[in-house]
Amino acid sequence: MTAGADYSPEIAASHPVRRFFDWAWSGTVLPVLVVSAAIVAIWYLAAIWMNAPFQRDLFTRADTAYSTSELVRATLSQERPVLPAPHQVLQEIDKTVFRTKVTSKRSLVHHATITLSSTLLGFLMGTALGIALSVGIIHSRALDRSLMPWIITSQTIPILAVAPMIIVVLNAVGISGLLPKAIISAYLSFFPVAVGMVKGLRSPDLMHLDLMRTYNASPAQVFWKLRWPSALPFLFASMKVAIAISLVGAIIGELPTGAVAGLGARLLAGSYYGQTIQIWSALLVAALLAAVLVGLIGIANRIVLRRMGMAQ
Amino acid sequence: MTRLQWMLALLSLAATGIALVPGLGGSAVAPPELLWFAVLASASYLAFAVRQEGHAIIWTSLLLSSLGAAAVISALGDVAARGIGFWSLLVGSWLAAWLSVERLSALPDGVDAAGRLRRIAVPLLFGIWLLILWEAIVRATNVPTVLLPPPSMIWERLTGSLPILWVDFRQTFLKAVIAGYVIGCLSGFVVAVLVDRVGFLKRGLMPIGNLMSALPIIGIAPIMVMWFGFDWQSKAAVVVVMTFFPMLVNSVAGLSAAGHMERDLMRTFAAGYWSSLIKLRIPAALPFIFNALKINSTLALIGAIVAEFFGTPIYGMGFRISTEVGRMNIDMVWAEIAVAALAGSTFYGLVSLIERAFTFWHPSYRSG
Repeated sequence: MTAGADYSPEIAASHPVRRFFDWAWSGTVLPVLVVSAAIVAIWYLAAIWMNAPFQRDLFTRADTAYSTSELVRATLSQERPVLPAPHQVLQEIDKTVFRTKVTSKRSLVHHATITLSSTLLGFLMGTALGIALSVGIIHSRALDRSLMPWIITSQTIPILAVAPMIIVVLNAVGISGLLPKAIISAYLSFFPVAVGMVKGLRSPDLMHLDLMRTYNASPAQVFWKLRWPSALPFLFASMKVAIAISLVGAIIGELPTGAVAGLGARLLAGSYYGQTIQIWSALLVAALLAAVLVGLIGIANRIVLRRMGMAQ
Repeated sequence: MTRLQWMLALLSLAATGIALVPGLGGSAVAPPELLWFAVLASASYLAFAVRQEGHAIIWTSLLLSSLGAAAVISALGDVAARGIGFWSLLVGSWLAAWLSVERLSALPDGVDAAGRLRRIAVPLLFGIWLLILWEAIVRATNVPTVLLPPPSMIWERLTGSLPILWVDFRQTFLKAVIAGYVIGCLSGFVVAVLVDRVGFLKRGLMPIGNLMSALPIIGIAPIMVMWFGFDWQSKAAVVVVMTFFPMLVNSVAGLSAAGHMERDLMRTFAAGYWSSLIKLRIPAALPFIFNALKINSTLALIGAIVAEFFGTPIYGMGFRISTEVGRMNIDMVWAEIAVAALAGSTFYGLVSLIERAFTFWHPSYRSG
């Protein structure tokens, strides 16, 4: 910030503390923090409220008199609460992430890596397939006419319902492990990429396409020098959707294999044995993973676009 | 004729010609003689038509492909018929179908009835041929039906177990999906209107709402099943949470979509908050709201089906899929998936129709 450009009498006159508050109020950091704090507070209240009946029951059965503060404290430290308190979930994450050996089956890192690897493999396969399809579609009118309506229709059907079948059938053929889950992820993630890239590869102006024609550019040159660069923003936008959905695919793909390994397996095992804290910690880690993955693509997007001189 | 179309025509004729040679396992058997002559006749007519421009080639290639497909399907029942002749007839008629699609889509777009018919016919041909190839390849190469049943078997299963499918559909779609969808979308919209009034909340909630739409929310399914029991209420709860955030984010974006000029105009009319909300801002937000409704129509079905993997009474689409997979009744799974696909696209189509009726003024619906 240069002093000259932003100088204005009002700002100079106002007090620095006031200025800070103005900045905090109108920015997004403070509101987000306040809303997050409110969510945590509501979570605690809900935990107390939802766990209280069971706890009261416990106290009455043990014939112990209890005060309200004791009740509250007890509701926040149950072993299998209806709704675990945030700190219980964090403790569980801390225990299973940092204090358990990574190779152990109880380590959440172990499960997260398994889910992450099938997510990434599926995402790569799906993105490659989506790009290939979109290239075919923009170059062939017949493909465009015959395939595009089906791609759009297929987005309206609940694809995740197919997941258990793919897993079991591929298992029967002898393909197991990472690949079936990755196929589900790929199947989910290629749609957004294909649709986004068709839009992106068609985004160059007619003027630019005409210019390429006056240069006597070959189709390959038009593709690499004009269509591909102008499709990149679309590619990144659809990759953000694709990676989030491919994580969902990997998690769902872990359900029908009988809860062996992965975040989805943790969810299922947790629901079998009523381990709510385990479910919530797996859920939180999955959310974190999704946020990090989407964030990474956002960063890659910014770097690539800046290097191409298209930074927003 | 482009080079590709020439190649398609020649290859198709060559393959069909091979199939018609007696003794190659195709011509000597199953298909009725009449069908066989029809294939022969249409192939020779195609050979004649390729040298002409115009629509003749479209009709003849369509004729050849459908007759060839009929011959292939009728030969499927006979094991001895699946020789070289069978395969080359399949390839030949498939190439003829491709040729007709190429020719059809090369025709200029028309807004008249013929143009509209073409726009439906091309993807329809693609879909039909996908089914024909699936049926022919799966049955001719004897792929075990536990891996991939042919479409005819799925159809038989579908029509044979309509009562079961209806019970599942009622449980999952009519109860869980509809209830969850309505509650989720309504509450998302109401919260969006509230949030829109308070700038602070808007700035604080929007980044979180955007983040939430990217998270694997479906993971709350086991929690909801624990809280709300095995019946449809827990599935509806999952659907509510899944549909809430897309609706919130889109509605908030939509409510600020009205331009400054229009807002100023409302102010000069001395319109209060409510009348400007109802007369200007909600109508302006409709395209965004319908976008969320469309996204949610898919999400809702996915949410309800996946939530059933975590525990249900003994019916429901997700329950049926997961148990029939376990019993290796893959045809039943496909039948259920077909129902789900039909329900999903009908739901989506209905929302799009309503959207068309309400946002007819939007540029994307204006015609020419």
